[in-house]
Formats: sequence, structure tokens, C-alpha cells
Amino acid sequence: MNDLLVAENVTKNFGSYTALNDVSISVPRGSVFGLLGPNGAGKTTFIRIINQITMPDTGKVFLDGEALKADHIRNIGYLPEERGLYKSMKVGEQALYLAQLKGLSKAEAKKRLEMWFERLEIGDWWNKKVQELSKGMAQKIQFVVTVLHEPKLLIFDEPFSGFDPINANLIKDEILRLRDNGSTIIFSTHRMESVEEMCDHIALIHESNKILDGKLIDIKRAHKSNTFNVGLIAANEDAVIDDLSRKFNIKPATFKSINDELRYTIRLEPNEKANDLVSYLTTQGELTHFVEVVPSASDIFIQTVQNS
Amino acid sequence: MNHLPLIIKREYLNRVKNKSFIVMTFLSPLIMVALISLVAYLSSLNNDTAREITVLDESGLFKGQFQNTENTTYILLTNVSLDSAKAQVERVEGYGLLYIPPADNIDELKDGVTFYSEESPSLLLIDAIEDKMEDTASDIKLRNAGLSPDQISELRVNINTNLETFKGEETSKMGSVFKLAFGGIAGYLLFMFIIIYGNMIMRSVIEEKTSRIVEIIISSVKPMQLLLGKIFGTSLAGITQFVVWVILIGILMTVVTVVFGIDLNSAGALQQEVVAQAQDNPAVNKELTLIAQEIYNLPLLNLVIMFILYFLGGYLMYASLYAAIGAAVDNETDTQQFMLPILMPLILAIYVGMFTVIENPHGTVSQVFSFFPLTSPVVMLMRIPFGVPIWQQILSVVILFATFMGTVWMAAKIYRVGILMYGKKPTYKELFKWLKY
Repeated sequence: MNDLLVAENVTKNFGSYTALNDVSISVPRGSVFGLLGPNGAGKTTFIRIINQITMPDTGKVFLDGEALKADHIRNIGYLPEERGLYKSMKVGEQALYLAQLKGLSKAEAKKRLEMWFERLEIGDWWNKKVQELSKGMAQKIQFVVTVLHEPKLLIFDEPFSGFDPINANLIKDEILRLRDNGSTIIFSTHRMESVEEMCDHIALIHESNKILDGKLIDIKRAHKSNTFNVGLIAANEDAVIDDLSRKFNIKPATFKSINDELRYTIRLEPNEKANDLVSYLTTQGELTHFVEVVPSASDIFIQTVQNS
Repeated sequence: MNHLPLIIKREYLNRVKNKSFIVMTFLSPLIMVALISLVAYLSSLNNDTAREITVLDESGLFKGQFQNTENTTYILLTNVSLDSAKAQVERVEGYGLLYIPPADNIDELKDGVTFYSEESPSLLLIDAIEDKMEDTASDIKLRNAGLSPDQISELRVNINTNLETFKGEETSKMGSVFKLAFGGIAGYLLFMFIIIYGNMIMRSVIEEKTSRIVEIIISSVKPMQLLLGKIFGTSLAGITQFVVWVILIGILMTVVTVVFGIDLNSAGALQQEVVAQAQDNPAVNKELTLIAQEIYNLPLLNLVIMFILYFLGGYLMYASLYAAIGAAVDNETDTQQFMLPILMPLILAIYVGMFTVIENPHGTVSQVFSFFPLTSPVVMLMRIPFGVPIWQQILSVVILFATFMGTVWMAAKIYRVGILMYGKKPTYKELFKWLKY
């Protein structure tokens, strides 16, 4: 039982519109799982099914090996994309209420809240009304409320929106810390750099279908195309370029370098070896740069969506 | 996990701690009592103006018939021409001039009597004058026919229709009025309660939507629980407000009556007159006893039980509809088109209650509307004081509660879809589709 959450053949229709079509996803325990997809792909519907806000038409979802049931709510923490707080309620009062809805006792909730408020240095907000807070401040409260009951599964939908870079970093560190403490995290975002930084698994949903999933590293390996960025200082540049373009599939590269050199992206055929390229290049001049081009999560996203 | 008590508690506290709610709770009775006092004060002022009526009796038949009363003073003129009498009354700004032309014979007077005044006189006053003159005239005619005063008074017949049910209980006309009042107040109270607190529920649902907290909440609790918690919490706040109102109005009324000496009952001068007359008249006295008996005979236990049942059923049914509307829209301005189907049956119920039930409490229309669940709470409450067979009451309540379950089911469906829908205002067709999601 290495997967905390397993969704099997989940389908959901709204009238004649299919929001999810036969989607199966497994979220490994202790991972940060990126749930990606263009707008309207069905990510939010999938997340709402996990939270039992909507029910799937067919298919099953298992948490920790058990079919999803009402009691599982206290094992899940969910920070929705569309989030807010009761404006006229005081921060502390409200956090206590939301924590109690997640099944914590009032005393326990208070203890944990005080710990978290101190940790995020927001202790003096307790008696403020939410309408006095800035958007970023309110987001912090929402984050605390989401993780307070220490659920096994945390779901963050665009967790960094509305945060300045400092606070975004703070929240990112908290998310990674929660993972290190044993939580499994599903993370839905359009910010590809945070996917790159944080996710170890991803699934890509497009037009209601899952079109890609797996370990991010494996996916990258599968998507690399035997392509290399090279920098070369050559005496006779024209001859070298001529020779290169005859032998390989090349195009000018844009990487930064301190040297004034020839810069090219060279794509090898699947049967050609990088070593042979290096050997060849060293005969042509001084090799200053040789890096394999690994597709970014963003490249994979765009490429896969466009090809499907 | 049952979070219902927690949700009810939050909804309740959030309501009653709200500043405008507190202000309304304490200000409304003040305003109301102030208004009632003002009306009472003004109408007593209106009544106090003494009227001076000049009488020019050229026939000489009504000597001594016009006695001064508290509010009316009669001035008798003799040996003056009509024109100079008119001029004189106008000059001193008297209330009016009653002119009785010369006549040897009572019959000649039929059409000759005229009342001259600056403005149209009070109809009550003219009635009183006519009554007085008619009594005198018929006395004179009887006397002329050779009857003694004793014989005349013996001739007077006072007919008072006694109402009696087949079971032999005596009823009275005034009793019917009390029954109507009883049912009317109960029905109207329910009507007001539904509109005020139904709206409050609707606004609270919209608030949750616009503040975007709703998805956080329903990832912890079932939408049904949130919906019920909202309805119960707001209703408790409503009942609190109502109780405060009743108590405050009671206290304030007492204070106003005692301290300022304004008799709030004097708002209706006519009423006072009726009571005053009644005290003189043994027949009416009997009537009063009957009324007391009538109230005593009202099926009180039945009424109280049914009031509670209809209040709960009717209010909860409408409250769930209001909540569904709140869930379907994003802001209050969009609620208009959905309000009509709610308000129509309510207003219809009040009208049916006020016109048809009064006309005939057991007529076909009254009966049909007292079974139709959207109108039955109001209409049946108005019918019950007139005696409705128990099977009808039970059937009507069963229909009401079945409908209540239906509306809650429907509201919950619309609610669970609607609270997560932002942006465009749905059409009825879309709402219907939501039921099937």
C-alpha cells in the first residue's frame, strides 16, 4: 500500500458536459503530487470529488485503501482556489470554528492555533476582523486552517496566489516541511516553476482526460530528445558551422555565456551518442559548454497538451 | 460527524451579534410604539375639538331634542331668517347650521331638512342627528295617533338575531369577528415571519458565496447540514428578535399609557361609542357575555398545536426555498426574478384568507387553498377558529410536511450545485438541470 490516494476510472458528467472522463490517478504516500492542466480541464472537479463535495458518476476513490466515506473529511485538508473567510467574524473565532468543523476539540484547536500563529508571526491578529486584513494576510489564515488538523492528505489549489515572494517562500517551506513530517500533498497550480521546484509526481489532465502521469524525473527522461547545448571557440568559424550543419540537426542557441563563441543547440538522432559528439567537437575547437537539454515541466505541459 | 449544533450556534451568534440586527431589535418596538402613540394622540386631539352646531328650527317640532354632549354644543336660534342665520354661523366660524323648515305636519319635513357647513360634515354626526330626528318624528306621529308615551315605549321592539349552532352552542356576530381576528393575526404573523427571516437566510447564503468561504466549509460538512444549520440558526435569531419585540412593545405600551396618559384604545372613537352604547343596552350586554363565552369556546388547544405545526412547516418550507434562491445567484439584485414565485402564493394566501375565508370559511375556495401547501399555513390557520374537521387538518398538515421535505430536497440539490457556481445568473431551465446533477 504505497499509494495514499487511488482514483479508479472516475467519470463525472454535468448534464451533457463531461468534466472527467475515466480518470485514474494514484498519489504515492509522502509525495508532492502536481495536478496540472489547462483552465477548465477538470482539475477542480477531481479535487472536489476527493473532498466529497461532488460525487463521481462512475468510478471509485480510495483513501488509505478504504473507499472514500464521510469520516475521511478529517484526514483531508483542502485549500480551494476560490477561498475566503467570513468578513465580519474575528480571526481567532473563525479559525476555531473552522477547526472544530474538521473535528478538533475547541481546546485542542486553540492550542494548535496559538502555536501556528506564533510560528507565522501573526499572533496579534487574533481579535482582528477579517475585513481589516489584507488579501495576503487572509491567505495565511486560510493556510493555517487547512493544515491545522494535521491531515494525511493536503490539497492546495493555487496556494501561492495573492502572496508576495517572501510569504510565498514561507508557505512553500511550510508545505515541504509538512511533507517531511509525513503528509501527502496534492498541488494544483499553473506556476510551472513551483511544479519544477516542489513536485516529485505529476498528472496532466486535458479536456477531461488524463493524458500524462508519473514521476516527474521519469517523465522528463521520456521527454528528452537527445539534444545538447554546446559552446565552441573555433579558429575558422564558417568552416565549422558548415561542417556542423551538414553532420547534425542544429539551430542557434540562446544560453548565456561569458565567452564570445559559437552557440548551437544540436539534436542527435536516437542512435547517436553524446560521447561521439563531444569527441567530434573537440577536434573542431575549444569546447566551452556542453549541456544536455532537459525539457522543463512547462515544455512538457505545452507539448503534451498541444499534441493530444 | 454531526456539526449541526456547531453551525447553528455560529449562525445564531453571528446574527445576534450583528450591529444592525441589534439596532433593529431595539429600535423597531420604539418606532412602533411611538407611531401608535402618535396616531392615538392625534385622533384624540381630533376628537376633542368641540363642535358648535347652530339649529334653526322653524317647525318648532324639535324643541328640547338637541342636548349638548361632550363634543357637541347646540345653539338654538329663533326668529331669524335663514340667510342671516347662515351669515352669523359663518362669521363665528361655527361647525354648521342645521335648518329645519317650517312645517305643520311631520311628513312635510321628509326632504326639507338641510345642514349647511363650511366643509363636508362628519358622517357620524349626520347619522346621529338623523337618528335623533327620526325618533322624535315617529314619537310625534304615534302620539298624534292617540297613543300614550307608555304605549309607545311598549311598542318598541328590539330584534337581535341569536346565532346558534346545530349542537346548541350559542354564537354571536361579534364572536365571528374575534375568530377572524385570531386566525388573521396568526396567519399574518406567519406571513411576516417568513418574509423577514426568509430574506435573512437568503442574504446569509449569498454572503457565504460572495466571501468565497463556502467551499472551505463544505469540504468539512455536508451541504445539507450547512443548509439546515443556516435555517435553524437564523430562525432562532428570528424568534429571539420576535420575543424581544413582543416584550419591549408590551413594556413600552404600558409606560406610554401610564406616564403620558394617552389611552391607546381611543384610536378608534367609534369603538368607544359602541362600547358605551353596549353598556346601556341589555341586549348588547348579553352579546358581550356571548363573546366571552365564544373566546372561551375556541378550540384553543387545537389552535395552539396547529399554529405550531403550521408555523414550523410553513416557515421551514419557505425558508428552504429562500436558501435555494440565495445559492442560485451571486448578489441580491439577481434575486428578483426568483422572488416572485415565492411571494405570489404568500400574498395570495393572505388575500384568500382575508376575503374568501371571511365570506365563507368552509367554501370550496377556502378549502382548496387550505390544502394547497404553499397557502395552507396561512389559510388553514384562519379557518380553524371556525371549526375545521380534524381529518382535514391532519391531511393538510401531512401535505404541508411532505412538501417541506420535497422543497428541502430540492433546495439542497440547487444549493450544493449553486454555492459553487459563480458568474452568470442561472435560468429556471438551468436550475431544473441542477436537480439532476
